[in-house]
Amino acid sequence: MTTDATPDPNTASQTWPQIRPVGVDGLLVSFADALDEAANRAALALRDDISRQNWPGVEELSTSLVSTYIRFDVITTDRAVLYQALTDLLHSRDWTKQPPPQNRRLWRIPAVFGTDLAPQLPQAAAAAGLSETEARAQLAAARVRVQAIGFAPGQPYLGQLPEAWNIPRQSQLTSQIPVGALAVAIRQLVLFSVTTPTGWMHVGQTAVRLFQPDAENPFLLRAGDEVMFQEVTPEQLTNMKTDPFGGATSEVLR
Amino acid sequence: MTEHLKILSIGPGASLQDRGRPGWLEYGVSRGGAADLLALAEGAALLRQSPDLAALELATMGGEFESSTDTVIALTGAPMAASLDGTTLAWNASHHLPAGARLQIGAVQKGCYGYLHVAGGFDGPAPLGARSVHVAAGIGQPCKAGDTLPLGPATSTPTAGLGLTAENRFDGGTIRIVESLQTTLFPEAERQRFENTEFRRASRGNRMGVALDGDGASFQPDGGRTVLSEVITPGDIQITGDGTPYLLLSECQTTGGYPRIGTALPCDLPKLAQAQPGTLLRFQFISQDDAIQAERHAAQDRQTLPARCQPLIRDPHKMTDLLSYQLISGAIAGDEDDL
Repeated sequence: MTTDATPDPNTASQTWPQIRPVGVDGLLVSFADALDEAANRAALALRDDISRQNWPGVEELSTSLVSTYIRFDVITTDRAVLYQALTDLLHSRDWTKQPPPQNRRLWRIPAVFGTDLAPQLPQAAAAAGLSETEARAQLAAARVRVQAIGFAPGQPYLGQLPEAWNIPRQSQLTSQIPVGALAVAIRQLVLFSVTTPTGWMHVGQTAVRLFQPDAENPFLLRAGDEVMFQEVTPEQLTNMKTDPFGGATSEVLR
Repeated sequence: MTEHLKILSIGPGASLQDRGRPGWLEYGVSRGGAADLLALAEGAALLRQSPDLAALELATMGGEFESSTDTVIALTGAPMAASLDGTTLAWNASHHLPAGARLQIGAVQKGCYGYLHVAGGFDGPAPLGARSVHVAAGIGQPCKAGDTLPLGPATSTPTAGLGLTAENRFDGGTIRIVESLQTTLFPEAERQRFENTEFRRASRGNRMGVALDGDGASFQPDGGRTVLSEVITPGDIQITGDGTPYLLLSECQTTGGYPRIGTALPCDLPKLAQAQPGTLLRFQFISQDDAIQAERHAAQDRQTLPARCQPLIRDPHKMTDLLSYQLISGAIAGDEDDL
């Protein structure tokens, strides 16, 4: 099974999906070896399906950009049996053509683009070959999906932006990007949940808190959720800082 | 006020730890938990309580403590010099801790992480279902002088004066590893060279991971391939940009883009976490089947821990731990006539 009807001749020797070990107690199903929308959807659909089947011995599931990870109890689980069940499940359908997981949400998150709150908008727009006005308009119009969460708690990798945004990360790191920063590179947006050095370009600023350990729902976003950023003024954003959601609203996608 | 252990002084990096919080990987939070899970199980066995309770993990340095109530403690993991009001306490043992007595724990004699357990475990908030402090994820904070750690309700006061011969995992040695998702990116010759290299635990390291110093040895995947960011599991040995290996521990990131040459067995992680800077380490690939057998064997060993906890031998010449014995059982108080 491949993710594409006409496999790329360069990768024809490899067939997808592939199952690989992750240490002693994990298996990883990968649907591609580079970021790919179809592979990302497949990984999410497989994670969702295994979760609903409630396999015995499965202790944890997660997805990365193109893969689904399954951690099992090595004491009680027969690895060969699990491997076979997984192989059978992979062959049972074309995972790249499955509907998206249920109960996904569309989030609308207020953001300031540019200004001194997000000083790298001009630089990113230039790298993308866009005017600042065009860049603003494209970012405000983009409807992106949470492709993966990682690096820091609750921190999403969002994609995919139009081709113009296939711009490299900076080799010179920004020493400290603030919490709530929206940054761009390689057709993806990252919304930062921690203050950290980064090579991603800071084009927007939000007031959302992606991870609140003591809240009833500690994480704002789940993989598969969709997100739009609504442009607001710096003054409006200041007023949203008292809201734990930073002005973000959501609706369940049907 | 709830009963508590007061921290009078403490070394940096000490924190409450339990078995960690599985289930949040897909939200970007790694499991975390005690660096030496075997030490956690040993303390639970000595106190005859659940291995899910939280203990105080001491990183290289100990501290001074005082309890608000009579309780029983256990000391496990990296051996440290411990005393109670000046009387030496045995390590890998349980002891009475009377209210107001001064418990002193010194620096490690070998290894990195020592553990102070209390009857009933340490209580307190359990964000995301666990009491483990996870500094990298911003969950909780390391302990500091002046903190009071609430004690959990002990169902029954455990017997003090039990001891355990702990498995020595403080001197490094050979670590068993299995092939992992990116092992085949490294040519066979590189993998063999990795197995044949004698490493030292480098000085750079913490609960997230430790660097390995192979006397300049550098390892390269085939053709310098870039890899997509993929799931990380504790025990992964990633090869960073300059070709040096970095071993990931309990508080690692959830995903990473450096290729990994192999993954250490979970049951060998205590040996890695407890290796002090400079400790010699070697890595040996074993098959998945052998690794599973090793894990099952280790799990069986852990189950025998409670039975292996025995009363400390009362050799008067070796009784450096008098306070752990009930020496005055049956003595009269002197005021019996009043009854």
